[in-house]
Amino acid sequence: MTDATDIPDRKPDGAGAHLLHVLRENPVTLLSFSMFAFFLVQAFFGAMLVPHDPLATNSANALQPPDWTHWFGTDNLGRDVFSRVVVATRLDLTISVLAVAISFVIGSLLGAVAGYWGGWIDAVLNRILDTIMAFPLFVLAMGIVAALGNTIENIIYATALINIPFYARLVRAEVNIRREAGFALAARLSGNSHLRTLAFHIFPNALPPMMVQVSLNMGWAILNAAGLSFIGLGVRPPTPEWGILVAEGANYIISGHWWVALFPGLWLMLAVFTFNLMGDGLRDIVDPRRRT
Amino acid sequence: MLHISDLSVSFRTRRGEVEAVRGISFDLAAGETLGIVGESGSGKSVTSYALMRILDAGGRIKAGSAVFDGRDLAQAAERDMQRVRGREISMIFQNPRAALNPIRKVGHQLEDVLRRHGRATRSNARAKAIEALEAVRIRDARARYDAYPFELSGGMCQRVVFAIALACGPRLLIADEPTTGLDITTQKAVMDLVRDLTRDRGMSSILITHDLGLAAQYCDRLAVMKDGQIVETGAASALFADPQHPYTRKLVDATPRPGASLRDLLPAEVRTPLADHEPGTRPLVQVRDLVKIFPSKSGPVHAVKGISFTIREGQSVGLVGESGCGKSTTSSMLVRLLDRTSGDILFDGFDIAGVPADKFVRDARRSQIQMVFQDATDSLNPRHSARQTIADPILRMSDLRGAALTARVEELATLCGLPLPLLDRFPHQLSGGQKARVGIARAIALDPKFLILDEPTAALDVSIQAVVLNLLADLRARLGMTYLFVSHDLNVVRLLCDHVIVMQGGEIVEQGPAAQVMEAPSHPYTQTLLSAAPKPPAARPSLLKSAAE
Repeated sequence: MTDATDIPDRKPDGAGAHLLHVLRENPVTLLSFSMFAFFLVQAFFGAMLVPHDPLATNSANALQPPDWTHWFGTDNLGRDVFSRVVVATRLDLTISVLAVAISFVIGSLLGAVAGYWGGWIDAVLNRILDTIMAFPLFVLAMGIVAALGNTIENIIYATALINIPFYARLVRAEVNIRREAGFALAARLSGNSHLRTLAFHIFPNALPPMMVQVSLNMGWAILNAAGLSFIGLGVRPPTPEWGILVAEGANYIISGHWWVALFPGLWLMLAVFTFNLMGDGLRDIVDPRRRT
Repeated sequence: MLHISDLSVSFRTRRGEVEAVRGISFDLAAGETLGIVGESGSGKSVTSYALMRILDAGGRIKAGSAVFDGRDLAQAAERDMQRVRGREISMIFQNPRAALNPIRKVGHQLEDVLRRHGRATRSNARAKAIEALEAVRIRDARARYDAYPFELSGGMCQRVVFAIALACGPRLLIADEPTTGLDITTQKAVMDLVRDLTRDRGMSSILITHDLGLAAQYCDRLAVMKDGQIVETGAASALFADPQHPYTRKLVDATPRPGASLRDLLPAEVRTPLADHEPGTRPLVQVRDLVKIFPSKSGPVHAVKGISFTIREGQSVGLVGESGCGKSTTSSMLVRLLDRTSGDILFDGFDIAGVPADKFVRDARRSQIQMVFQDATDSLNPRHSARQTIADPILRMSDLRGAALTARVEELATLCGLPLPLLDRFPHQLSGGQKARVGIARAIALDPKFLILDEPTAALDVSIQAVVLNLLADLRARLGMTYLFVSHDLNVVRLLCDHVIVMQGGEIVEQGPAAQVMEAPSHPYTQTLLSAAPKPPAARPSLLKSAAE
């Protein structure tokens, strides 16, 4: 009575083996994860590794082009651009990770509730999200920071708020199509309450597409935070932050001191690029169907 | 007319090249109907795609030839193929709704084809299209001309697709599972139409299907495919009477047919005696005047119109009807996923319909009433391993934990014939039959008294269906469960059930002991259903005899 015909002796891959498989499978994923590791090292250990104090000024040595002592040159106050760019990584990543985490959690909660129960909750939530999306998002973020005060926390809150609609809509759609799926009904029959069914059976199935969104969002969040600082909101000088560094350097491009703006801009671009590339790899890692 | 020799088709995949069709050869004479029969993955559809040269990306014809009318289709240029498709060879597919453009009127879609191939001009296209619709026996063709696909039933859509396929007078029609997903009476109407029209026009046809009974009824000759090879060819009656290849014999055995018992469906060497099944007399489930009305924009829809029936302890009751008859609504209410509009559902004397579906999760009777779902793939959480899936109801509704839980899960898996190493696999790593076993193991995890089986074998191949039906009969004998078996397939219901309820349009039109309903149906609708079911030719007498012993 058994159709035990094809049971390969190979065990299904564990999480670690699966991660290796995904990285080996796709060179782009490998590249993006390596670059992500590169930025993580800077974020955690940057302050210890850099050759100069990022805040130490030396007016005698101002606006020097890149050389062997100052790899990225020095700025108008003689500060080492390389040290400032590397040290800024921690702040920029912190802002974007926290902002994305907040919008992920709040957006998932709202979207899951709206998608599962529908009805008036869904209608009200959708109108609120439409309202948020109706604003130019960067201007909305500017307004929030300007109104709440010029602090790093407020940058995080503002960035989180403008990203919530993307998560809420995505989760709502993913939950909604699975609400009446066989496995959700089966979970109800197995004695799961609505809340448990939603949280432990339906929501985890929305994670793969969410991961793509998270990764793209990280890029946007970094750009957003840098953008706010660039126009003078949020992080204040002399704290090293990529947006501020670019803004400070922008004044000297005309006079030929290209390195002051170029290197922080390059780092900013690489960071956004890394996160944009990571999406597919992250999705493959959290999707059990990719395991064979 | 068509001469295929040594045709091989291969696909490039992540795991290297896979041969889907491995050197098949067959001939098709003018006016002949050939049935290609096989289970999923046998390469039967790929063969037809190769003939039409519409293989997916990555697929290619590796070797062999397919000579149609003196021209080798395997080598022909794409430009030549465009002339062949539609004009010489037409194809109809499984899902008729997907084959039609959803935002164009069906009449216009028919006109497009007629004009593309120069069969009509702008001025007479409409008249010709209506003529073509009438040819496929669409009533009131003039009005249907302006219908969109979503306004037509599945059977009606398949007729339109068929009209499009016939529009240019092809000489060969390939029908790939043309009636899968259609109701049994619609299936008969569509197949009769295909047979009559191809015969009238002297066309050849190839019917690709998993249903041996259907193929036997409508085809002159059958070719049985397995793993990309044709294992046996022959006239339908000969194939049934004396199958030569072991695989053909297995398929013939597994096809439900009048006169066969459950065990007859299994290969002869694994037939163990079936335990005696003696239903009790105490009523377990009593349904009284059950009504369900769904609100909708165009007014209330009466899905279930006051039905009453009793299921006795240990009985297996078949609930039969076509799509839209209210059988799924009824089973959803019985399993307490849906609230009734009015009426009672007495379970062990207690009115469970009085407990709202949302609150029933915490009811003591939750574990007593369970369900096996229609689509095994859809009903398993893709992120949970088989072990987690089976353990879920135990974790939620009992106190078993740790080693006792593991032991219980493994006991259930063994009971359902699921090899223990498969417990740590995810659903996508299991076959259809294995997924069905996981679904059944989950449903019986808490020893329910009453199990609702919602077409549990509809998505399975016949040989797997045979195994699963036997498993259900064995479980019933061992655990003393009461079954409500919801199905559209009377041949399957006959095998497992003692009592049959026939529903039509939300009402029960006939109910009674299975033998009586099957052999002497009193209601005309039951008679229609029974006569529409494909009737496979009688199997070899010796097979029946060995079963009787």
